Amino acid sequence: MNKKTASFQRKVLPKSPTSIQGLDEITGGGLPKGRPTLVCGGAGCGKTLFAMEFIVRGATQFNEPGVFISFEESEKELTANVASLGFDLDNLVKNKKIWLENIRVERTEIEQSGEYDLEALFIRIHHAIESINAKRVVLDTIEILFSGLPNPQILRAELQRLLGWLKRKGITTIITAERGDGSLTRQGLEEYVSDCVILLDHRVNDQSSIRRLRIVKYRGSTHGTNEYPFLIDEDGFSVLPVTSLGLNYSTSAERISTGIPRLDTMLSGKGYFRGSTVLVSGTAGTGKTSIAAQFVATACKRKERVLYFTFEESPGQLIRNMCSIGINLEPWVKKGLLQFHATRPTLYGLETHLTTSIKLINKFAPSVVILDPINAFVTGDNQTEVKSMLLRLVDFLKMKRCTAFFTSLTSAGENMEISDVYISSLIDTWLLLRDIEIGGERNRGLYVLKSRGMAHSNQIREFKLTNDGIELLDVYVGPEGVLTGSARLSQETKDEAVQLLRRQEIVRKQFALERRREAKDAQMVLLQSEFDAEESEALKVIGIEKARNERFVQDKAKMAKSRKGDVYMKKSIITKKK
Amino acid sequence: MKNTPVKKKNIKWALHLYVAGKTQKAIIALRNLKIICEEQLKGNYHIEVIDLLKHPKLARTEQIIAIPTLIRKSPLPTKSIIGDLSNTEVILVSLGLAEPNQYRISQN
Repeated sequence: MNKKTASFQRKVLPKSPTSIQGLDEITGGGLPKGRPTLVCGGAGCGKTLFAMEFIVRGATQFNEPGVFISFEESEKELTANVASLGFDLDNLVKNKKIWLENIRVERTEIEQSGEYDLEALFIRIHHAIESINAKRVVLDTIEILFSGLPNPQILRAELQRLLGWLKRKGITTIITAERGDGSLTRQGLEEYVSDCVILLDHRVNDQSSIRRLRIVKYRGSTHGTNEYPFLIDEDGFSVLPVTSLGLNYSTSAERISTGIPRLDTMLSGKGYFRGSTVLVSGTAGTGKTSIAAQFVATACKRKERVLYFTFEESPGQLIRNMCSIGINLEPWVKKGLLQFHATRPTLYGLETHLTTSIKLINKFAPSVVILDPINAFVTGDNQTEVKSMLLRLVDFLKMKRCTAFFTSLTSAGENMEISDVYISSLIDTWLLLRDIEIGGERNRGLYVLKSRGMAHSNQIREFKLTNDGIELLDVYVGPEGVLTGSARLSQETKDEAVQLLRRQEIVRKQFALERRREAKDAQMVLLQSEFDAEESEALKVIGIEKARNERFVQDKAKMAKSRKGDVYMKKSIITKKK
Repeated sequence: MKNTPVKKKNIKWALHLYVAGKTQKAIIALRNLKIICEEQLKGNYHIEVIDLLKHPKLARTEQIIAIPTLIRKSPLPTKSIIGDLSNTEVILVSLGLAEPNQYRISQN
């Protein structure tokens, strides 16, 4: 048993690559090789283009010449129609890479009499295939035969025979058909083409159109089963299998500057993570775009490429406005580092926005992508769809290691965190800008609501737009509370006045002290002089007293002498003293 | 009423019958065509049988997809009829050899 299972090799159905962007991914390699594929859809959904691109890519990229049989358009019309997509059919036809053939069937010119078959059609296709050794054939729109030729029974049998014949020849065939009511095709062609059926759809939702592609069946192969949005633009057809993206991208520990030094400091000193998703949300006029522009300018300075999707302003207006705060983006645009892509969100549906964005990102390969603002997509009740679109975009950008920077306008009055909560889970770093209204003026405050994987600041900073860019200031935190702007300035002035007053008080006190000292000194001088005066007076009195005393002694001695008393001793003392 | 068909008889008729090999249908178609021409245009017609297997390019230039196809090259304008030409009425009417109602009336 084991041997048997080992010898059994898993056979993969051979596939014919279409090289149509994204289609090969969801079909696992392309259309079934050597088998017919039915491409159906309503008018104008891109069937002919799909088929034509299959043929042209086959001829140019895989060396598989192709035959394009058109039942609707002439060779000239076809060539002209696809020239705008850069397909040079004339040249390819000349080089025998492509065979264009118009089969014209006019009901009015043909009468039927008796039984017929489509052998001539076989001969024509066979001749075309043989002429260029074709590997691919397109029959665009074969249903025309049903309106052009009588007797549908014969036609059905003949078509079945034709497909079988092409299959036996190993030709990879695309048959296009109009979508019918309640069935995939009007004539029930899906009954004959059982290998692969692709349905194209073009619907209008909320006045914007969305193109979608779905693989209805693919026999013998796994395939993506979702409806995939697709685009038809100047590069042709592209399918974006964005719903199939996962969460298995590699992450980066590299940090990139926000362009605002103080903001870098707030984000643990280094700025955002490369490849992370940054959201700046705030009410109108809080400077979201300015923060974006500063980030853009810094990224460009590092010689990184930036793709800027703007949904509200034209590039010219944005550049002009940013010049007013000293951020000049124009040189970067000229250098090719910065590319703007301005569209109104209402221009087309979400899916188309997504596909266009992804295409542009693939083409430009930027390392920073700005979406300004994302809430422009939200109209009415489509938050879930917007979220799903952003989710896919974020996944895609993370896979590409692009740093995504979104701005979001929150409506005033609402709780700001709540109004953006539907995308919160997608965001790695969320900056919130808010108006702080004090004392009859509004000022901008900035804080980091969350930042995954880093120790970020919890402080509110005052956010100022100056002539030289963005400046972050500490807000006033004091006994009066948190103050910004003029209130902060006035509070600071008040503080200064108080301090000045204190300084003056000290000076005054010192002065007073000085005066006291001077007074004291003066007092002392006065006292001294009084004292001196008193002293001299006292001395005078003492002198007089002394003199009087002496006189008295002398007089006494004289008296004693005259009385002949024994006062000799005393006399000698007095003379000694003198 | 018979004016139109009579007029046409004055011109030499050129009829091309496109076939792909000698198939049953081709043989029947040629036989039917010959009968009609002998009846209606005796001596005044020329039938050319073109085998597309031998001249595949002609299928494109003549915009032929069904086999057998009969094309009236002359008189102008060109007319084409597909099938094995078993329905004589359709052929006569579309080639302008009979008025739409005429054949049915004469049959009655």
